[in-house]
Amino acid sequence: MRLAQHMAVAAKDVRADCIEAGEFPELAQRYRVMAVPKVVINDRVEFEGALPEREFLQAILRAVGDGPEPAA
Amino acid sequence: MAAMAILTASDEAAVRTEFERLGPHPVKLTVFSQELVAGDLCRQNEQLVREVAGLSDRISVEVLNPAIDRERAAAYGVDLVPAIAVEGARDYGIRFFGVPLGYEFTNLVDSIIVASTGEPALEEETKTALGGLARPVHIQVFSTPT
Repeated sequence: MRLAQHMAVAAKDVRADCIEAGEFPELAQRYRVMAVPKVVINDRVEFEGALPEREFLQAILRAVGDGPEPAA
Repeated sequence: MAAMAILTASDEAAVRTEFERLGPHPVKLTVFSQELVAGDLCRQNEQLVREVAGLSDRISVEVLNPAIDRERAAAYGVDLVPAIAVEGARDYGIRFFGVPLGYEFTNLVDSIIVASTGEPALEEETKTALGGLARPVHIQVFSTPT
């Protein structure tokens, strides 16, 4: 997913891992990857499918927020 | 006997065209390989990276074995193989785990270009928001080659 990598270039504090789910079944299982692309942010917020830039950013802000753990 | 090329002539032509957009910064691709853990995939990954790097004199390749180069692999935050770190003016934190073929290949090429330009294609609003993050963000994108 292109957005994640561009966000990593934009901000020092953002790391973007692109994971080939089929080659890492344990990781895919741990994050319950049923469909791809699946995005997991800070182990707190996750979504399936590609999101537009603004919604992707909102997901990041939810993931770093101090609020209660959001529903997955 | 040399392994068969992964990229076809038309793939190479397409990547060369994409690489016309490379920016001012040289790009370093660090490949993480560990024969004993995933030999075939690591060899395939390394070959793919070398074929891509061969299409521009601005791209260099280094191969690390996390079992031997432990400290450096840990500094890259890489504990799985095969993996690739894409660096430009600095280490932007772009990592690929698994052989980036198919759709992921497009992503690898795009990552090389954005690492080289240092100019992400994002809205100003997004860049501002990312600049003010309260804590580090780790984005994991799970994908498949097809």
